[in-house]
Amino acid sequence: MTSALKVENLAKTFEISGGLFGRNKAGVRAVRPMSFEVPTGETLGIVGESGCGKSTLARMLVGLLEPTEGTIEIEGKALDNADPAAFGRLIQYMFQDPVSSLNPRKTIKQIMEAPLKRLYCMGKAERDKRIDEIFDSVNLRPEFLERYPHEFSGGQAQRIGVARALAAAPRIIILDEPVSALDVSVQAQVLNLLRDLKSEFNLTYLFISHDLAVVEAVSDRIVVLYFGSVVEIGKAEEVFANPRHPYTKLLADSAPVVGRPLTAPEQKDSELPDPLNPPPGCAFATRCPRAQERCKKEEPVLEPVGGDQYAACFYPLQD
Amino acid sequence: MTFLKLLFRNRLAAMGAVVLGLILLLVLAIPVLPLQDPDVTNTGNRFVPPFSEGHLLGTDHLGRDLLSRLLYGTRLSLGVGIFAALIAATIGSAVGIIAGYFGGRTDNIIMRGIDMLMAFPYILLALAIVAALGPGLLNALIAVAAVNIPFFARNIRGITVGLAGREFIDAARLAGMGHTRIILTELLPNVLSTIVIAMSTTVGWMILETAGLSFLGLGSQPPQADLGSMLGEARSALITDPHTSIVPGVMIFLIVMSINLLGDGVRDALDPRLRSGALSRPRAQTIVDRKSPVPADDGNGLLNIQNLETQFHVGKRIYRAVNDVSLFVNPGECLGVIGESGSGKSVTALSVMGLVASPPGVVTGGAVRYEGEDLLSANFESLRQKRGDKVAYIFQDPLSTLHPLYRVGDQLMEAIQVHHKVSDKDARAKAVELLKSVRIPNAESRIRNYPHEMSGGMRQRVGIAMALANDPDVIIADEPTTALDVTVQAQILALLDDLRRERGLAIIFITHDFGVVAQLCDRVAVLYGGKIVEEGTTTDILDHPAHPYTKRLMACVPELGGGKRELAAIPGLPPIVSDLPPGCAFAPRCEKATEACKEGAIPLEGSETRAVRCIHPEEEIA
Repeated sequence: MTSALKVENLAKTFEISGGLFGRNKAGVRAVRPMSFEVPTGETLGIVGESGCGKSTLARMLVGLLEPTEGTIEIEGKALDNADPAAFGRLIQYMFQDPVSSLNPRKTIKQIMEAPLKRLYCMGKAERDKRIDEIFDSVNLRPEFLERYPHEFSGGQAQRIGVARALAAAPRIIILDEPVSALDVSVQAQVLNLLRDLKSEFNLTYLFISHDLAVVEAVSDRIVVLYFGSVVEIGKAEEVFANPRHPYTKLLADSAPVVGRPLTAPEQKDSELPDPLNPPPGCAFATRCPRAQERCKKEEPVLEPVGGDQYAACFYPLQD
Repeated sequence: MTFLKLLFRNRLAAMGAVVLGLILLLVLAIPVLPLQDPDVTNTGNRFVPPFSEGHLLGTDHLGRDLLSRLLYGTRLSLGVGIFAALIAATIGSAVGIIAGYFGGRTDNIIMRGIDMLMAFPYILLALAIVAALGPGLLNALIAVAAVNIPFFARNIRGITVGLAGREFIDAARLAGMGHTRIILTELLPNVLSTIVIAMSTTVGWMILETAGLSFLGLGSQPPQADLGSMLGEARSALITDPHTSIVPGVMIFLIVMSINLLGDGVRDALDPRLRSGALSRPRAQTIVDRKSPVPADDGNGLLNIQNLETQFHVGKRIYRAVNDVSLFVNPGECLGVIGESGSGKSVTALSVMGLVASPPGVVTGGAVRYEGEDLLSANFESLRQKRGDKVAYIFQDPLSTLHPLYRVGDQLMEAIQVHHKVSDKDARAKAVELLKSVRIPNAESRIRNYPHEMSGGMRQRVGIAMALANDPDVIIADEPTTALDVTVQAQILALLDDLRRERGLAIIFITHDFGVVAQLCDRVAVLYGGKIVEEGTTTDILDHPAHPYTKRLMACVPELGGGKRELAAIPGLPPIVSDLPPGCAFAPRCEKATEACKEGAIPLEGSETRAVRCIHPEEEIA
């Protein structure tokens, strides 16, 4: 089976020009070299806290940002967005903020028609038919088509966002925090819809979120990011139930769970490392209870830690 | 048309519109008016005073009819002004959109060019352009348009930069649109209103500038009349025959005045920020207009909210945000208030200290008692004394509640000194102590930080420190950890828990997260559609939810450790509080709903510690 998406040594450094004429160029390494593969039909979850490079990674995958290093392969071919129409048919992106991703001055119909016109050059009758089909599959009423984005609630707007991504009939959809702006009771509706659509259209998902429980519930495998690097990859049911990297464990312990007493899982004064002045060695070492001298000098790489699980740690947790 | 209504609500703008309308009407009627030829000279009839036979406004130094010259001149000046504004707007906006959309080097080069254009005093620049092209009305028009291009370019670039980073532009790119199409179909419609606003405020200027050039003899050439050249020709007779100057002068004044008034009105009516009421500053205290008698003190709790009703009156619509909510909290206790967006949880919290923005917010019933005293009937001074001192708030987003221009230490000191006469030195010491008490490392140096220099978790600690500044008895925390990462959230929750145990604080904790409630709160109230649907101790509610909404909402929340699975969902959407159903607000989404649920109001039944508002509860409550 070919993989839908393959990333090798992908990295992004944002240059910050300092000095009068931009001489002293400093860089923020938003995404450090990372490699992973997503087989067709899989949902790969990506979790991490703010500033860990989740969105930068997503924007590189859909060609909205140019990677500094590394390659992205989509269905066996290198990412090539020279022809926007061909590229848009392969991969689509679903945005975090459902309302701001819809142009406030356009009707839903105009928004829905854009991908059909640009990517598939469909005629009017054909477009109308296709939009009806898509609206049907995401449970939206056809009379919404004449309305403007501000008339919709977050849940409805997010469903319109799903509909737009589907209109492109892509192979892969990158979902960037698709439910974090929604209420809990509506969030489950959208997640279940996404799951149904995936099997209906045989899609591959990359599901990015900061909500561990949501990612776990929808993903096959999960990638944990910290400070721009992959610290752990593994099966969804394993990663949080049986974390090997101390950071993953910290995340899992921090999530509020009914019935667990309230304790701060780490020292109260810890802060994230400064991206402009990254520490040498493992970025998590300063917060890590297991850190040794070696962690502060060398950068650990991903290594198998049993089964399909990989962790970037010199002293991984054992079960 | 809301736009016209808004426009004419502004009296000055309406006056401007009327004056400008009259002038336009006169000018447009020139072909049918019985006017004399404006350019025919009759030197025998020089300087005829106004209101003479045959010359209503008199004649000028060559005996030409002033009324006729005035109307023709006005038409020309208006035409030139509007045309110049159109040219400047088109070129300037195009430059601005291109610079803003492409950004980076393109932006840099274009905007530095614009800056150079702006570095010249504009009248000098206009003079230089006319000098290069030669005098003439067309060249004056070009000069006036050229010097106004930077104004449009900078304005529109600013707006475009903001829009170009928005997600719908990315979405258009992924839909396969090219740059030209994105600019024309996605960006342009969104900046059009700004262009119109900028134009309406500059047309007046342009007319004035063209008149200035004509006055200097660089614009319209004799015998052609425009307002500037009429003034220029009348200059020599200013003392002897002032009417020749006054007539065009008054017209320029009327035109520019009316256009500016109307332009300001258009701007206010079109600007979405002003339209949404940013200019109508809310009062310092929520309006209280109780329709029902104030409930008697029942002696519950330290802070006791009794049958509170808060509404928003927007136009003719009434949003019933909070309906008959009763809550109380004891010292050392943490009360959780759970609800989705629009359930009225934040409005309940803000009503306590009269912080709901008024207008449009109105408290229409109930009482809020602090140690038995009704805060809703308290005067503003006594309420202000208690804000922050007795009852303090922690809000969701610390970045927007801390002032970005002051150091966090100064903000903390201010919070202390508002309520207590303390010297700067003592206040500073207290501020350091507060930062230490919320476990901020290096408090002595952190006190000199600006809010943007801190991480989200640190800022929220400052927010908590500020709430603690005056040793309040009650803290109302409105989603204080929602914007934070999980690891930081865990720290903040542990901190709040320690603080209430150490200091005996009463906390009202507003959230949508059951996990947080379970860990921190003693009792919980669940809000839906502005009403409490269920309340009880945390264990009772979490283990034996009685209201179908509570039960199903809890099922929607995925719990960590369950692996991949289907999630429970509640079909439908939360109700809109301007249009609440007569019966149970949850009935349209509820599987157990019967006709009786939809008919009348359903009472909250049970004891003081455990109650549910449902006629088909999931479990009988004790």
